[in-house]
Amino acid sequence: MGSHSDDSSAASFVKNPTIKFTKLFINGEFVDSVSGKTFETIDPRTGEVIARIAEGDKEDIDLAVKAARQAFDHGPWPRLSGAERGRIMMKFADLLEEHAEESAALDTIDAGKLFSVGKAVDIPHAVNSLRYYAGAADKVHGKVLKMSRELHGYTLLEPIGVVGHIIAWNFPTTLLFLKISPALAAGCTMVVKPAEQTPLSALYYAHLAKLAGIPDGVLNIVTGFGPTAGAAVSSHMDIDAVSFTGSPEVGRKVMQAAAESNLKLVSLELGGKSPLIIFDDADLDMAAELAILGILFNKGEVCVASSRVYVQEGIYDELVKKLVEKAKAWVVGDPFDPKVQQGPQVDRTQFERILSYIEHGKREGATLLTGGKPMAQKGYYIEPTIFADVKEEMLIAKDEIFGPVMALSKFKTIEEAIKKANSTRYGLAAGIVTKDLNVANTVSRSVRAGTVWINCYFAFDTDCPFGGYKMSGFGRDHGLEALHKYLQVKAVVTPLYNTPWL
Amino acid sequence: MGIHNSDDSSAATTFVIKNPTIKFTKLFINGEFVDSISGKTFETIDPRTGDVITRIAEGDKEDVDLAVKAARVAFDHGPWPRLPGAARARIMMKFADLIEENVEELAALETIDAGKLLSMTKARDIPHAASILRYYAGAADKIHGEVLKMSRELHGYTLQEPIGVVGQIIPWNYPTVMFFLKVSPALAAGCTIIIKPAEQTPLTALYYAHLAKLAGIPDGVLNVVNGLGSGAGAAISSHMDIDAVSFTGSTEVGRKILQAAAASNLKVVSLELGGKSPLIIFNDADVDIAADLALLGFLYNKGEVCVASSRVYVQEGIYEELVKKLVEKAKAWVVGDPFDPKVQQGPQIDKTQYEKVLSYIEHGKREGATLLTGGKSLGRKGYFIEPTIFTDVKEEMLIAKDEIFGPVMALAKFKTIEEAIKRANNTRYGLAAGIVTKDLNVANTVSRSIRAGTIWINCYFAFDNDVPFGGYKMSGFGKDYGLESLHKYLQVKSVVTPLYNTPWL
Repeated sequence: MGSHSDDSSAASFVKNPTIKFTKLFINGEFVDSVSGKTFETIDPRTGEVIARIAEGDKEDIDLAVKAARQAFDHGPWPRLSGAERGRIMMKFADLLEEHAEESAALDTIDAGKLFSVGKAVDIPHAVNSLRYYAGAADKVHGKVLKMSRELHGYTLLEPIGVVGHIIAWNFPTTLLFLKISPALAAGCTMVVKPAEQTPLSALYYAHLAKLAGIPDGVLNIVTGFGPTAGAAVSSHMDIDAVSFTGSPEVGRKVMQAAAESNLKLVSLELGGKSPLIIFDDADLDMAAELAILGILFNKGEVCVASSRVYVQEGIYDELVKKLVEKAKAWVVGDPFDPKVQQGPQVDRTQFERILSYIEHGKREGATLLTGGKPMAQKGYYIEPTIFADVKEEMLIAKDEIFGPVMALSKFKTIEEAIKKANSTRYGLAAGIVTKDLNVANTVSRSVRAGTVWINCYFAFDTDCPFGGYKMSGFGRDHGLEALHKYLQVKAVVTPLYNTPWL
Repeated sequence: MGIHNSDDSSAATTFVIKNPTIKFTKLFINGEFVDSISGKTFETIDPRTGDVITRIAEGDKEDVDLAVKAARVAFDHGPWPRLPGAARARIMMKFADLIEENVEELAALETIDAGKLLSMTKARDIPHAASILRYYAGAADKIHGEVLKMSRELHGYTLQEPIGVVGQIIPWNYPTVMFFLKVSPALAAGCTIIIKPAEQTPLTALYYAHLAKLAGIPDGVLNVVNGLGSGAGAAISSHMDIDAVSFTGSTEVGRKILQAAAASNLKVVSLELGGKSPLIIFNDADVDIAADLALLGFLYNKGEVCVASSRVYVQEGIYEELVKKLVEKAKAWVVGDPFDPKVQQGPQIDKTQYEKVLSYIEHGKREGATLLTGGKSLGRKGYFIEPTIFTDVKEEMLIAKDEIFGPVMALAKFKTIEEAIKRANNTRYGLAAGIVTKDLNVANTVSRSIRAGTIWINCYFAFDNDVPFGGYKMSGFGKDYGLESLHKYLQVKSVVTPLYNTPWL
């Protein structure tokens, strides 16, 4: 059932970082919301209030868009050379690196994420994203076209304009930088609405952005709720594109609002129910590690969590034994404690939702191998939970649970594995564990998902495009592909006279 | 005022009537011509007379369901996506050959259905369709992914995979060109297709279905479901098993499609919508070139072009001379039977459009614009309107803001380059723009400053297969033409695996 970190010294791990920034960041200044309203942000270790944050709504979004529009139409940012934007973004990255501890602590207290992982993974990943796109900014080429008659034609890749970013709470830092970095590189200006569960680090980054030299109005941060500030972004008549990461239900609303308003360009990165397929020839220890990390990393609050695990029968019993062992030894507790491997779920809503799915799993007749209960302590802690003998029709096999709950089942043939892997409306990622080259090639080509990891999992990289197939969304983050969400193609054509050749 | 009608001593105009035999009137699903499930049919009208040409099977939701089923089987299990690109290309090339072999019959169908000039459909539209097919056929075996530059010991690459079953909804102004602009990249990518032609122009699409089968396109890969936007069209945008929808048409309907996609399965959407494209003529322009561009810009295809240069801004130094030439040319423009080789402008597509255009002309008069020529219907059977030029048009006037989609020009004077840019951009649309100048720097400045997807300098309608085409702002998103348009029908999959014992990254 997962083990607790030693409670008696829990107090020593309660680091409460000073919250320096609690207001909206619009046009280079920290301001109260127009309404004066504020909302609470909660510490999931205890359920207590950390701080009150300015609550933005439509009027604040309007102000932010005005500032962003001014900055785009008349300000320096889109008119700088790519190299100059790159310099400022590099400075921003340096500042982010210098303040990694403070940023990671904010995410830990806001989202229950492991402090050590925040410092070692989340923040560096954000830094790398900024640097990657900073380096791309002066390489956003159009093309010269091959015309079939006497014409000279070329394309320009122009920044699309004012962009809205609506981001999720599971990776507050990584997602923010994944969205803003390519948009900044492209020369766009933007309004970011962080998740209401995790507003703290975003406001800190606004401060760093200003220090780095990002001009006023280019990066605006409006904290608030989805139905108010978020909806105002998706339906704004003067936002040219919206990029969203979050649940399919909300993604749908964003797209609908875009359609009803000004037909703004939409990109969606939504949920997943990604399968991890382990073949008989897999290295047992590697497979077990991948499967455990695949579902327990970041307390299961990962869009690409390998929440469905299919194990070929030859290796099944041995693997399951290892999985249960590892799950039982998994340390759940205060995310500031370096010994802990799993912190609390992000809030009460998620906590209750996951527990409800666990109950479904029990009722639906899946076999509970370990876990299945909340931890005894205060806060939103749940035991690492493994269900076996999961059938495709079960809710725990179909719905994205977003918690430390694995749905395990056996398979015989490669065809069966492919069929089961694809029997989902989602298509975000998939993992394959095998030494066989041909199995790897066949299965990677056959699974309908945007990322396929072979003998690894969560192997993200800045140059590697990431995004969904099917109802996991469209549009890519990471890689040069991501720039396309923030660029428009303009074709320029003029006749050629007296030309030696076409 | 107008123009001479070709021939006509009598109101009962004697047309150079060609009534091509209509061979295909049913839906084309899974390789067969079939009636609609409901048995319903709808009329298609000859805009020269308002008479019915023939009745066509009317597809609705149930027919779209059947087509999607066929397309899904063809995609998930059929040969088409599994063929090498080169093999798809061979079949597409054969398809192009068949189009060329049947150009006369196809051109006649297009002319009678849409009122387009026979000389144009024969010399341009139909041959152009064949060239589009060949362009994408040539691309089919060059759809590369990339090998990525990883920052640690990982091997990563991307695959560009066909997105699946694609829905395509096309308008009536270029039935053939639109058909192949949509179908060609989708076929090259390995997708399977349900295409809904505009209800005003169903004829050529069904003929192409027949040719597709002859060319060897496997059953289920290309399905043609005729019907109404509110029936078959809506069924496509909201279908739970269509992976992407590509639409060309009005902004109003484009909005409905995006809404339906969002409400259903979040399918990928691309929209090519309307425009109110500006043509900006500077003092140093060659007056004759400028006059020809401006004239063709609003009269080509009877003004039923999304990129029509419906707003013309002329710098004051050249204004008087240019306007004189424009009015002369407009008055000499021959309006009449599109089958007559002497005619330069046929009828508007149907009664609805005809009345809409005339209504905008009335608005123009009421709003106080100066009517230089035209302004009336030709006053005979069919949907013929005189080439109409308004000047002293102010930005707030409806005729400066709305897309009229007819032979109506809105002309205005300007002083400075900054003023021209400001007025050019003062629109919610952003499809195209034209610039007429000899000055290199003016051309560069203005082309960079106008927010539109295509800029033509000293030319207009200069489309080419390799040039991506599509809108900024509310003219839509996504490109037709060029390699860019393949992206609408592809998905990027990243595949990553660890590297051991590697000499370098």
